Amino acid sequence: MTVAAWLLRRLVASIAIIVAVVTFVFILIHLAPGRPCGGRDEIVDPTICEQVNRQMGFDRPILEQYGLYLVALAHGNLGYSFSLRRPVRDAIDDTLPFTLQLAGVALVLDFLLGLALGIYQARRANRLPDVILGNVTLFVYSLPTFWLALLLLLVFGEKLAWFPVGGPSDPVLCPVIDSAFCVADRLWHLVLPATTLGLVGAAGTARFQRAAMLAVASQDYIRTARAKGVPERRVVLHHQLRNALLSFITRFGLALPFLLTGAVLIETIFAWPGMGRLGFEAILTRDYPLVTATALIASTIVVAGNLVADLLLGVADPRLRVRAAEDLDIVTA
Amino acid sequence: MTLGTWFALGVALVLAAEFVRALRQRGLRQRGERWRRFFRHRTTAWGLGILTFLVIVAVAAPLIAPFDPNRQLDIIQLKNQAPSWTFLLGTDVLSRDVWSRAVYGARVSLGIGALGALMAVSLGTLVGAIAGYYQRWVDAVLMRGVDVGLALPRIFILLMAVALWDGLPFAALVIVIGLTSWFGTSRLVRSEVLALRQQDFVVAARALGAQSGRIIFRHVLPNAAAPIIVSAALSVGNVLLLEASLSFLGIGIKPPDPTWGNMIADNAPSIYSAPWSTIVPGLAIALVVMSLNAVADGVQEALDPHEREPA
Repeated sequence: MTVAAWLLRRLVASIAIIVAVVTFVFILIHLAPGRPCGGRDEIVDPTICEQVNRQMGFDRPILEQYGLYLVALAHGNLGYSFSLRRPVRDAIDDTLPFTLQLAGVALVLDFLLGLALGIYQARRANRLPDVILGNVTLFVYSLPTFWLALLLLLVFGEKLAWFPVGGPSDPVLCPVIDSAFCVADRLWHLVLPATTLGLVGAAGTARFQRAAMLAVASQDYIRTARAKGVPERRVVLHHQLRNALLSFITRFGLALPFLLTGAVLIETIFAWPGMGRLGFEAILTRDYPLVTATALIASTIVVAGNLVADLLLGVADPRLRVRAAEDLDIVTA
Repeated sequence: MTLGTWFALGVALVLAAEFVRALRQRGLRQRGERWRRFFRHRTTAWGLGILTFLVIVAVAAPLIAPFDPNRQLDIIQLKNQAPSWTFLLGTDVLSRDVWSRAVYGARVSLGIGALGALMAVSLGTLVGAIAGYYQRWVDAVLMRGVDVGLALPRIFILLMAVALWDGLPFAALVIVIGLTSWFGTSRLVRSEVLALRQQDFVVAARALGAQSGRIIFRHVLPNAAAPIIVSAALSVGNVLLLEASLSFLGIGIKPPDPTWGNMIADNAPSIYSAPWSTIVPGLAIALVVMSLNAVADGVQEALDPHEREPA
């Protein structure tokens, strides 16, 4: 009952945040000088521009445009992209899966590698392997992702030619051979872009996880477990790791903005037809409906990620459930 | 590279090393436990040294750079030259000296990083302190605003701001970055202030009739200095990376003025024939961000309340 109430409250708050993001983007776009058609140094015939602006509704008062946009949005209509000459919905449908694939594979690499390194380092804290890995992760964590992408492309794409240098799939072979080949081919093309994003993320995750493991290591219940003769392996995996994973869950929510930001750059470099690149190009061409839609989707992903992280945290840590329930009682009382 | 520039470079190195050594000696001698913990890790001292060195290099750029950073020396003969004694780090696709550009680029990149972070952290501290101190509806309104700011990946806001108002000057870029980078800091400071305002010394100050502004700035914030300093060090690095990303996408500082970001962008197409002109600015960025992270680690360790001796 209380969990449902909590969830409902969070859902309403999440929707409010997303509406606020849309409003903010809307204001920002209309504050900016210049228009998609009929700007200062425009070469298009003014009468045509007038016609276009009327057709797209840009000649109406701002508030009316905003109202119309929200009404359309409530019906699931994201508008019409005038630079791509197609509904925004279609453009998003085409590109979002590519971004999700890239971000998904990168996230898996980030968490698996990061967790493993963090646990390993914490086990050998302040000894040689930890010190070496600590410096390596510090370095990788500090790299600009787009620069790492260029280097990986140079070494593994061009010099060694182990992996494809860009694009989502083999344009010739994939349509000819069966779908199993296409899946393998997609993963093959994902190696470099996903590794770039995943490596930088994993370095951050490893640093985070090492600290979390060490923070737990000095707790009394760890000492108790050792004292009563629990095998070391079980102490680490069941007592230390389980508690250190709690703070790790919050990292899931934080990883999404990083991945989406990285996606804009990585997709541009690797000619990956994803939503980050779509949004970037939409901004450059002042394609208002497309800009708003990509911002909307990106913030929805982030907000949903945070919600899922909070839910998982509640599942993993009963103390939080009690606290959340108490908060609700205070509010409703 | 002339003899003079080598000499200047040497002086910069010695100055940086000497500065860190003196700081460390002084700290170890008089400030006691906290300073010792700050310098305990070798990486922290290294980070501080590298940062000092780069700041000196940026300030003394005309002495340390042998060439005019924007001069195209000889577009036919001298483009994409490999590193040599004349061109320490080679030349780029327009025959400009990479070392000179990197040195002058330090000015813009470090400048944007420092100023942008200063603005972001000040704003974040202010908002966080107000939200945490006044609580109730002030807190609710401000923190919902922060939720919105954190929900939209920053690069989207920045791209929109920079691309829609094209040709932003340096100052405007710093302001835009500062205005979009404070959300995380404000949350952090808010939670610190929430805890601190319950403490006896704050209650005592209020009982003595001190005004809210005075309590916030004289009593609460100084006690939250540690996380604010850490967050400042980290945000300098973040802003630096952000500026580089924007420049890489072609919408940061306009060429020909060098920043580390636009150096990577300009030379990325020729990375196969002349990798040095792309690798150098990227390493410079990594070096600064890494040093800042190391210093932040040191500060955190030195001021961590969990390790602080009981009062």
